[in-house]
Amino acid sequence: MDAMLLHRIHFAFTVVYHYLFPQLTMGLALLIVVLKTIAIRRQDERYNQAARFWGKIFAINFLLGVVTGIPMEFQFGTNWSQFARTTGGVIGQPLAMEGVFSFFLESAFLGLFLFGEKRLSPWKHWGAAFLVFVGSWISGFFIIVTNAWMQHPVAYQILPNGVYEVTSFWRLLTNPWALLQYAHNMSGAVVTGAFVMCSLGAFYVLENRFAEHGQIFLRIGVVAGVIASVAQIFPTGDLHGRYMAKHQPAAVAGMEGLFRSQKGAPIVLIGQPDEEHQTIDNPIAVNDVLSFLIYGTTQAEVKGLNEFPRDQWPEPLPLLFYSYHIMAGLGTYFALIMIVAAFLLWRGKLFQNRWVLWALMLSFPFPYIANTAGWLTAELGRQPWVVYGLIRTSAGYSKYVGPGNSLFTLLGFMGLYTVTSILFIVLVYRIIDKGPAVGPLAQASQMVAPA
Amino acid sequence: MGFIWFWIVAVMLVAYVVLDGFDLGVGILHPFLARSEQERQLMLRSIGPVWDGNEVWLLAGGGTLYFAFPLLYASAFSGFYLALMIVLWLLIMRGASVELRMQIDMRVWKAFFDGVFFFSSAVLAIFYGAALANVIRGVPLQADGYFFLSLWTNFRVGPQPGILDWYTVLGGVVAFVALAEHGALYVAVKTEADLQARARTFAKRLWAALFVVTLLSLPGSMIARPDTMTNYKAYPIAFAVPIVVLLALFGMLLFSRKGDDRKAFTCSCVYLTVMLVGAAIGLYPRLLPATTGSQYDITVAKALSGPHTLHVGLIWWGFGMCLAVVYFIVVYRMFRGKVSLDGGYGH
Repeated sequence: MDAMLLHRIHFAFTVVYHYLFPQLTMGLALLIVVLKTIAIRRQDERYNQAARFWGKIFAINFLLGVVTGIPMEFQFGTNWSQFARTTGGVIGQPLAMEGVFSFFLESAFLGLFLFGEKRLSPWKHWGAAFLVFVGSWISGFFIIVTNAWMQHPVAYQILPNGVYEVTSFWRLLTNPWALLQYAHNMSGAVVTGAFVMCSLGAFYVLENRFAEHGQIFLRIGVVAGVIASVAQIFPTGDLHGRYMAKHQPAAVAGMEGLFRSQKGAPIVLIGQPDEEHQTIDNPIAVNDVLSFLIYGTTQAEVKGLNEFPRDQWPEPLPLLFYSYHIMAGLGTYFALIMIVAAFLLWRGKLFQNRWVLWALMLSFPFPYIANTAGWLTAELGRQPWVVYGLIRTSAGYSKYVGPGNSLFTLLGFMGLYTVTSILFIVLVYRIIDKGPAVGPLAQASQMVAPA
Repeated sequence: MGFIWFWIVAVMLVAYVVLDGFDLGVGILHPFLARSEQERQLMLRSIGPVWDGNEVWLLAGGGTLYFAFPLLYASAFSGFYLALMIVLWLLIMRGASVELRMQIDMRVWKAFFDGVFFFSSAVLAIFYGAALANVIRGVPLQADGYFFLSLWTNFRVGPQPGILDWYTVLGGVVAFVALAEHGALYVAVKTEADLQARARTFAKRLWAALFVVTLLSLPGSMIARPDTMTNYKAYPIAFAVPIVVLLALFGMLLFSRKGDDRKAFTCSCVYLTVMLVGAAIGLYPRLLPATTGSQYDITVAKALSGPHTLHVGLIWWGFGMCLAVVYFIVVYRMFRGKVSLDGGYGH
């Protein structure tokens, strides 16, 4: 098997699996702070119960996020050593900062949040929840800074020994790409958190168990969901897309399946790219829309793949095309369903509307799919570069780690993650089945330790 | 600048070994020390709120190594590929076992995770020791700065060694015994009555083993890597290291006999620190020596990042460490004293 392809799949598999957990914990951390705030301000114990309940779900997700995250930091060295060696001086920095500024903070205060409620005052306990939220969002920021530099390298110089060096640390942190990507990514995480909360709320209401708490979950989830789902499209998605069209035109052409430059470029809603004949099979397209979305006028010319040498096309092209379309399609669905749900909530009819409750309940996998597809879009769009325009992916992987070894460890990760997935599902099912503990602060949690 | 960053990375790794070391030790001893479900819970609670914070030192240290010495990070991590991947799997299994054990009140479930917890802790300790021994012995670095080691070849130290040879296995045994001892002393500090008495007995027995393997490791290093003594000969003050190692060793034994577990545990922390510092002194200014000729050594100068990176790094690192120390004080203060079975944080 091809060594580079295996290294790519290795990283892709482990990072996609990893990010199933942080996208929920980052979103949920914010929602838990909201629950805690309402509990204190309204003196409503039910919101504390809700926060405790989500704390348990948070803890398991956080644990899996931590343990599957450790391999990520080391895989730059193990599987992508040539890339790590030349760019460590730039992107090693935000990665180390994540450890120093975020992980220490989270590890200290998550324990206080999960197990310290009895001995902390309400506001101090709120503070612990808030610091966990801050820690997880700082963590996200440093990862985005790292990725953004690979997407859009800024503030660097090449030293005589061929190694990259930061010229301005501040410009590295304020890379415009990073700020746009961060906004888009974090609102995506809130979408996941909100949909999961809504889904469980809808389940409890439909099942008529813990219905009172289910209504709280729905209320918070729908409000957060409608804000985040809309923000996901406008302004964050819109701005990010335009910036990308300017700086990674080949990626945008690939995402949209636009083989030839044209004025009044159409948007293809569904279709199958045919690289050989450079066409889209079975297209359902709307004329002029792509030009309008990127440049704000229907007559602007959008660059097609024909403008770029074949060896600079993103690849695999069809996967990029599908990833982007799945992300954008689901993103549109999120905004629509959440607007409907928010309207019903406002009119006081949401809890009786079984159709919308069913839709919300069944929708929880979609944000995971959309966030994954979004990241695939970013990472495949950047190809064939590992650092856009500077280092080719083919020049980045560990030459001394043969395909036999990387396949061995890829299979190992697959096996291990199958086991963790089964454990995760069993444990989360049990938490959901048990439901939020009613009554005042119950006996100390059964768990021995914070994640 | 290279000197500073060499010691910054060293300090972070020492912090990792001393802190995560005791919870690894608890994992190793857990099946032998605890006789009942209650005692098993007590042992787990003694590390519950702190183990993951301890493990962050590995991540923060790894990240720091990455940006301060990218060449070392890239070369070592890809060269030790299989061993590192196994370490990652063990870390995943271990983290999961600590946290998931108590989620379901079922004998088989708990016994399963007890087994995973012991296995992963024990093998991790051995691998860490072997890793350090690999760095001391050196690896077959090529002209391009890379190498690749199989897990084992013929178990001899030569120009083409495996990750495991007699010397690195010895390193693994030293680490295993040292961390088990470290864990036993920690358990004695954090518990009472029977469990505490048993921890002290174990510490005493392990001590004899630790004494023997520590003494063996010194000639072992000199055979495996004859030039480890260069810095010691140049700076005789470095011979304070073996002296302090011996003092710390005897301190562990004496204080543990007297029942002063805190001091015995402190001696164990000193022992681990000085052992690692001793290794670092032997290495400097090399980061990863070559078995293929000293011209291929990865040195501080060869691997160091650019000046701006390191200047900026120094500023945020200092600030970040102050914060980290504050968090650690908060957590360890909340968690001071003996562990008990009621309440989340033991008092």
